[in-house]
Amino acid sequence: MAKALLDVRNLTISFPDSSPVRELSFTANEGETVAIVGESGSGKSLTALSLMRLLPNAARISSGSITFAGTDLVSLPDRDMRHHRGRDIAMVFQEPMTSLNPVMTIGGQISEVLRLHSGFSARQARSRAIEMLDLARIPEPARQYDEYPHRLSGGMRQRVMIAIAAACQPKLLIADEPTTALDVTIQAQILDLLDRLRRELRLSLLLITHDLGVVGQWADRVVVMYAGRKVEEAPADELFARPLHPYTRGLLAASPRLNGDRHYREAALTEIHGSIASASRESGCPFLPRCPIGIPTCRARFPDLLTASAARHVACPVTIVEERSHGAAVGIRA
Amino acid sequence: MSSIGRLAKTFRRTALQAIPTVIGIVVINFLLLQLAPGDAADVLAGESGSATMETVAALRARFGLDQPVLVQLVAYLDNLAHFSLGFSPRYNLPVAEIIGQRLPGTLSLMLTALAIAIVIGISAGVVMASFSSRWPDRVISIVAILFYSIPGFWIGLMLIVLFSVKLGWLPSGGSETIGAGLTGAGALLDKLRYMILPATSLALFYVAIYARLARAAMLEVNTRDFVRTAAAKGLSPLSITLRHVLRNALLPVTTVAGMHLGGLLGGAVVVETVYSWPGLGRLAFEAVMSRDFSILLGVLLLSSFVVIIANMMVDLLQAWLDPRIEVR
Ligand SMILES: Nc1ncnc2c1ncn2[C@@H]1O[C@H](COP(=O)(O)OP(=O)(O)OP(=O)(O)O)[C@@H](O)[C@H]1O
Ligand code: SF4
Ligand SMILES: [Mg+2]
Repeated sequence: MAKALLDVRNLTISFPDSSPVRELSFTANEGETVAIVGESGSGKSLTALSLMRLLPNAARISSGSITFAGTDLVSLPDRDMRHHRGRDIAMVFQEPMTSLNPVMTIGGQISEVLRLHSGFSARQARSRAIEMLDLARIPEPARQYDEYPHRLSGGMRQRVMIAIAAACQPKLLIADEPTTALDVTIQAQILDLLDRLRRELRLSLLLITHDLGVVGQWADRVVVMYAGRKVEEAPADELFARPLHPYTRGLLAASPRLNGDRHYREAALTEIHGSIASASRESGCPFLPRCPIGIPTCRARFPDLLTASAARHVACPVTIVEERSHGAAVGIRA
Repeated sequence: MSSIGRLAKTFRRTALQAIPTVIGIVVINFLLLQLAPGDAADVLAGESGSATMETVAALRARFGLDQPVLVQLVAYLDNLAHFSLGFSPRYNLPVAEIIGQRLPGTLSLMLTALAIAIVIGISAGVVMASFSSRWPDRVISIVAILFYSIPGFWIGLMLIVLFSVKLGWLPSGGSETIGAGLTGAGALLDKLRYMILPATSLALFYVAIYARLARAAMLEVNTRDFVRTAAAKGLSPLSITLRHVLRNALLPVTTVAGMHLGGLLGGAVVVETVYSWPGLGRLAFEAVMSRDFSILLGVLLLSSFVVIIANMMVDLLQAWLDPRIEVR
């Protein structure tokens, strides 16, 4: 198999008194869309920020490695890391309303990154920025170039953010809940845009969300996080066809795609009782307090990630037994 | 809307608002000054030492001081409407001429002080914010508190003691070397040498204010999401500070700086006295002592113009700095 573009191994992110991300491993291949899914507080944003080395001051990567295109980002000097940011790895944030500088024109904010990394002259940067606005489907790009962010709607601002992120044709684009703050009707358009850019600019997309239903359509692979840990990983279609981890099953049951037209915000995790706050810091499966099929041995230690099939992993010994017998049954029939 | 159009609109609105303000200021000042005991005739008579009741009455009649207050007010407003500030009994000259001689001195002092305060204050604030809670921040904080709490005249006197008396580097008073006959760059340099100490004493208080204000604004802006976006672009910390944080942090500082121009004029009175600087502050002070109300009114009117123009500039500056400010 070709070497992964991004290879995160045993990543642990710590604050002085807690570790919201633990032993997290995943990869992203070139041109692939990997989704990281989990409810609020599961550590998705911290994971994304750690890839950019933009963690909040109090947080640090306490162990693990992040290998990007063969380079270990964790140990990279700041100056070299800056060289990658915006050029090789770019990020779109959750809050389009506040993520743009209010006193700079939107075009200026796109040109800035182009001039920094591509060595463009002011004029080259301008025309390329207008192309990017056009690519991001912003109407009248040449005129909008000189517009200020406050004149744009949230959806348009997020398009500008995407144009900034994609301007230098990064190898990896991280989108941290790019649609959460937006109107439902805009969500599909934004995801569509990201997917189109992925294909046209041949970049890998790391799509972070708390909504499995939204992801089904756009992701190749899905990593499910719970309380800072990966609890399941699978190709998207397999995950939707046969979710293994009880948490994933709850998420799927709660997602609007498979559950009528209820919006996920209202429906959020009604199928899973309790909240993520119940995840104890002690050993044992963090999902145990909410798990409908938990057994006493789940209390012993965090369940190892078990391999269900070539590309499927799940951190639950109870369901893996079930899955293996299913797989065996399939095998017998074949 | 284009930014020029936006600025022009802001300008027009402010200018229209200024007219009633100025009229109000004139009337209130005029009436307030009438409350002060004594008038210019009393002082002139007192100084001459041998004035009779008749000469005092004649003086009053000559300057119109014997008229009822309202008549005097109307006469004054009438003068103003004809762009005249009246006549000074004491100097025996038109007020406009006297003020005209002193205005450049005060304006240059104020603007130099303001420029020093803004440039040094904001730079100090940026350094403090960049090193927040580390030693540069602490040291500058202490210095700023000193500047803030020590009165301007005392700072002025100490600067004279150090730089004029002990070191002999800079002149202790006046505004230029009399009789040096300098021209061009030489004259400018000479003026600058006289300007440094008074402008610095006037500025230090404001340096302290702007430094603390800029520091707080920088730290606040630093936490905003767009700063993280700037970092995600790969900009260096310095570019992030200068290109993204500073411009947003300037907004609160310019508001306050504009409001301070009136205060600077007040501070100029003290500093001009300490440095025998020929300016409006000293003129106003002398006018009070000699009850020369026509001069005092002229100075007050002019000060209100200065403040109004300053506010206008601040409005324009803000509209330019912050595109979100729409014309109301
Ligand atoms: N600055 C911080 N200081 C202390 N703890 C933090 C900080 N930021 C995040 N955390 C902790 O890390 C956990 C994970 O945060 P993170 O923002 O990564 O969650 P998330 O999965 O992105 O959630 P959301 O869907 O709400 O964005 C949170 O539960 C929070 O307690
Ligand atoms: S390990 Fe146990 S508690 Fe955890 S998800 Fe599986 S069954 Fe539930
Ligand atoms: Mg988040």
